[in-house]
Amino acid sequence: MKPPLFDYLAPVSVEEAIAARARYQSSALLAGGQSLIPALNFRISHPEAVIDLKGIESLRGVELQGSEIVIGAMARHREVELDEAIFKANPLIRETLGHVAHIVIRNRGTVVGSLAHGDAAAEMPALFLATGGSVTARGPGGSREIAAGELYRFHLTTSLEPDELVTEARIPALPARTGWSFQEFARRRGDYALAGVCALITLEASGACQGARLSACGIASTPVRLVKAEEVLTGTSLETETVNEAGRAACAHVTAPDDNQTTSAFRKQLVQTLVTRTITRALARARARL
Amino acid sequence: MTGRSAEAPSAEASERSSDPRLLLRLTVNGAEIEREVSPRLLLSDFLRHELGLTGTHVGCEQGVCGCCTVMIDGRAARSCLALAVQADGATIRTIEDVASADGTLHPIQQAFQECHGLQCGFCTPGFIMGVLSHFEEARMPDLSEDGIREMLSGNLCRCTGYQHIVAAVRRAARLMNLDGPEKG
Amino acid sequence: MSTQRFGERVPRLNDAKLLRGQGCYVDDVPLPGAYHAVFLRSPFARARILSIDASAAREHPSVAAVYTCDDLGPLDQPLPMLSPHPAIIAARTQRPLARDEVFHVGQTVAMVIAVDRYTAEDALRLIDADYEPLPVTVDLASAAAPGAHPVHPDLTDNIVGHFAQRSGDPDGAFAKAEHVTSLRVRMDRSTAAPIETRAIAARWEAATGELTVWDTTQAPISIRDGLASILGLEENKLRVIAPDVGGGFGQKVMLFYPEEILVPWAAMRLARPVKYVEDRTENFIGSSQERTQIHEIQLAATKDGTVIGLKDSFLHDSGAFAPYGIEVPRVSASAIAGPYRIPNVDVEFKAIYTPTVPVTPFRGSGRPHACFALERAMDQLADELGLDRFELRRRNLIGPDEFPYVREGLKYVDDGTITYDSGQYPKALAMIEEAIDLERFRREKDAAAKEGRYLGLGLAFYMECTGLGPYDGCRIRVHPATGKVSVNTGLASQGQGHETVFAQIAADRLGVPIEDVIVAQGDTAAFDRGGGSHSSRSAVVGGNAVHKAAVRVRAQILETAARLMAVPEESLELADGRVTVKGANRFMTLAEIAIAANPLSSPFDRPAEVVSQYGTAGQELVTVGEGRAPGIEASAYYSPSASPWAYGVHAAIVEVDPDLCSIAFKRYLSVHDCGKMINPTIVEGQMIGGIAQGIGGAFYERLDYDEDGIITNASFMEFLMPYATEVPKIEIMHLETPSPANPLGIKGAGEAGTIAVPAVVASAVEDALKPLGVGRFHHAPLSPNMIFEAITRARAKAGG
Repeated sequence: MKPPLFDYLAPVSVEEAIAARARYQSSALLAGGQSLIPALNFRISHPEAVIDLKGIESLRGVELQGSEIVIGAMARHREVELDEAIFKANPLIRETLGHVAHIVIRNRGTVVGSLAHGDAAAEMPALFLATGGSVTARGPGGSREIAAGELYRFHLTTSLEPDELVTEARIPALPARTGWSFQEFARRRGDYALAGVCALITLEASGACQGARLSACGIASTPVRLVKAEEVLTGTSLETETVNEAGRAACAHVTAPDDNQTTSAFRKQLVQTLVTRTITRALARARARL
Repeated sequence: MTGRSAEAPSAEASERSSDPRLLLRLTVNGAEIEREVSPRLLLSDFLRHELGLTGTHVGCEQGVCGCCTVMIDGRAARSCLALAVQADGATIRTIEDVASADGTLHPIQQAFQECHGLQCGFCTPGFIMGVLSHFEEARMPDLSEDGIREMLSGNLCRCTGYQHIVAAVRRAARLMNLDGPEKG
Repeated sequence: MSTQRFGERVPRLNDAKLLRGQGCYVDDVPLPGAYHAVFLRSPFARARILSIDASAAREHPSVAAVYTCDDLGPLDQPLPMLSPHPAIIAARTQRPLARDEVFHVGQTVAMVIAVDRYTAEDALRLIDADYEPLPVTVDLASAAAPGAHPVHPDLTDNIVGHFAQRSGDPDGAFAKAEHVTSLRVRMDRSTAAPIETRAIAARWEAATGELTVWDTTQAPISIRDGLASILGLEENKLRVIAPDVGGGFGQKVMLFYPEEILVPWAAMRLARPVKYVEDRTENFIGSSQERTQIHEIQLAATKDGTVIGLKDSFLHDSGAFAPYGIEVPRVSASAIAGPYRIPNVDVEFKAIYTPTVPVTPFRGSGRPHACFALERAMDQLADELGLDRFELRRRNLIGPDEFPYVREGLKYVDDGTITYDSGQYPKALAMIEEAIDLERFRREKDAAAKEGRYLGLGLAFYMECTGLGPYDGCRIRVHPATGKVSVNTGLASQGQGHETVFAQIAADRLGVPIEDVIVAQGDTAAFDRGGGSHSSRSAVVGGNAVHKAAVRVRAQILETAARLMAVPEESLELADGRVTVKGANRFMTLAEIAIAANPLSSPFDRPAEVVSQYGTAGQELVTVGEGRAPGIEASAYYSPSASPWAYGVHAAIVEVDPDLCSIAFKRYLSVHDCGKMINPTIVEGQMIGGIAQGIGGAFYERLDYDEDGIITNASFMEFLMPYATEVPKIEIMHLETPSPANPLGIKGAGEAGTIAVPAVVASAVEDALKPLGVGRFHHAPLSPNMIFEAITRARAKAGG
């Protein structure tokens, strides 16, 4: 298992990288490489050129800008995970990152790379949907913002153009009176989950549910917002029965077919269980923040 | 099944592949290295076959087994999931640079020996590099049973069943005074 | 006297180099200028090869050769059949490279040799191979049924062999039975997946006619002998080295894998070193596998729970070829009655070809299946009779005073009648019962149930016949000048720790510090007669050979010293590397004795002058006396006359989450008895490692073949070997019953850990989910989806 031959480019600016992309019929962007290089090793991916972003200074780092967390394209998972300011701004990020593969992979892999790769079973795209983030895509024609809800088309397929490059992702800080939880079920620690659920519950000062944002990975051809479950919760006082009903409602979003590990029926039960458990956890945290 | 001979007409193929080469400069185990390498050469193969640092092993080339773990700029990384050219300008540390120059084992290595934390030894360098990186990261390691197992997940061992590796990590933390003042 | 090292927790002697990254595995052997081999492998389970056009690959500037079966000459023939047996009906083995047809996905079709692996893989894609796919029957039960597509075109069915054996009067027992329990159990396909894949490197020295082969094999001597025959080389011109090897577990003992012949052959053809390192995908589709069996087992019992008869009829999946004949299912058949008296046994099986990767022994080798069938049957019988699981077992265990316990009519794979040598089975059961603390478990289970959590207790006993023959050997030499002791054996280590335990045995007999014992193994230049490391035999057969050789060397040392010091042997004491005259201040070091025993024509240093022909010693010392050999050296061979049977009992407390259908181990306990332990730390390592593999086989590791015979999870990402997070802390309890079968009183310990675990886990999950009305778990490995389906069925039943 060795990579096929490709041209290797290491641009030092975003402009240079975009120009390089335009020159090739097929090119792959290399950030952390934790998905790209296995694909090269298996020769599943055989781009004409690999464009390494490591030399582009402006893509590095993660910072809190007002109420937004801005993550550069070269910011590693682990860097974001360990950043205390980011943790304070939105603790869901660290909680979710803890489920992304293993520490050694997170040392190299990048958050933006994961978001742009668009694996339907990956955790960070689900978090991205639940938090309502956005990415900045740069192409030959300039920049555009893509909201999380507009990014994912199919497993490993996004609305990014082949000549575009995501320079950064933005994730909102946790709103007031909001509780969070990410939980998943994977056969082994660090594996892609059979199902994973992200929950954000925002309460009114009275304790009623002002809004819920729920998303899941591993259950459909893209990460999905669990809108039907959200609808059940909003405006209620979040009694146990309401939470359970949200769990049942979420099952409607499960469209992944049966596979070696899981039947669709089992996946629905997993989602129902995880939705109930994440809401319960998020609710407890939200109440603690009232 | 053509009539052509199975072997190359010239009897000998060229000494090395026809891949284009790029200049690579990096620091490995304290030594500055300059080599021309194919852009597709994996860092694991570069270390093993170009530099002869065969202590870094290769078990899956997919990032799952952890045998090829080295430190890139101070953090553990899979060398099978990096191109050698990506390491241009980087500082790499491998298992060969863990024991002292006089051969004295590092406390983590010593603990693996004392606790029977290895059998066939193939996965061992990857475990040691992972634990070393974790211990050097600027946080207090979680030395509970679950914490250590979490630290070790990401490295596969097919021989030991992990239990003696868990004991070795606990022992190493003690040898390195990382296990809190009350126990030291 | 020196301290006795046998039985001590001696730290392993060879760890430091492995810890420093200085081990030398096959791919680490420096071979400047080596070519790299890769293999074109069949993408189809069954197909006719219409054509192979390798011309484009051959024209690649960095390719040295591309070989197909047409290029192999006399090598193009089926590989040896390793375990012939009269019950084999159709023996089929593979050719090094496929001719005309392919029989499983991954079969070697062509070999590419190029300057490096990257280029070789490029060239592989330039080969144009045209296949006509043929219909297949992949599922074991279907492949055994009439109408199945035969794997081999010259056969009308898929039967490899049909074997039956019986003990006592099983029909009579079933006629008398007051209760019969029947069940069908199944175990699925798995693989050993050693972390180091297989690798072979070869260097041919045309000038001297010497071939050196580095091979990850568990049996280098067999490979040397076989290769010498196939390649037409003298034994002394062919050296096979199994250097450091990264785990084997049975997968690395084959005679031969195609690559093991083709790589040395290519090195000779091309007069350049050639190296092949299997990649992980190839290990999944090109290296042997094990485990699929389907058992129909019945127990005949009286109402008080005495099991009076057992009938088991099973199917065994052999894969596409049967190089080991029916060895794996014969092991299953030998183990089927376990530790219980059961005087009347009828066991028969059919081994079946399927168009899948060939099946050869994998740690446990047929025993996990038999244990799963028997122990699941014992649990079911206990339930049906309303007896406690422990009590049912207690009533049937063979007692400590019943040895040797013979099962007349039942044979092990060496055709010896099954004879249990020793054990304390009831004590083992009592130990685990006490360690579990059943009262406490019941309290915790009740408390958990009130919180909607489900705890279950699993239990299973296992047996293992260890120390398979025919023999192994050892040569021990005391080095002149240093006095250090070389212990050369024909075994090969894949991490078990032979270097240390053999050194312990030798150090005790020879009275030398353990650091002065140098064990050499895995190299035909060190020793080239013997078997290999498999069948839990190395410590038993190799260890006793070391013991025998050391006893002889000890006698030589004392005899020579007595002669040299002119005192009676009885007055001498051997300890701390010297022979001392008791009660006197006179001694000779082993170095001095070794020098004196090996007269030299020219002294190589001052101490040697004493024995050279120009030296000062008396005439007697500078000749080799009639009937003596020079030096202090002896070889010995040990051939077991009886097999030591190891055994043990495992228990687990498991919590099942009925919503996520996951399991969490609360405790995992094991009592084992492998006779006298040479090194308890190493034994514990073997047990825990085996149990971890068993946990893989119980809940995680299953190869998924689709209906076309393609493995859909052939990667470490999808074949779920447990990480540290999936394996619990394991509590090991030792019981030592010396085996009367060999001088050291030891039994093998290598495979034991794996055997009981699938039965234990199924038993625990079943126990946990009983309150939900969930039925039985008779399929290993279990999975969350299977638990989900069982709970769903139970709920539907309760609801409807």
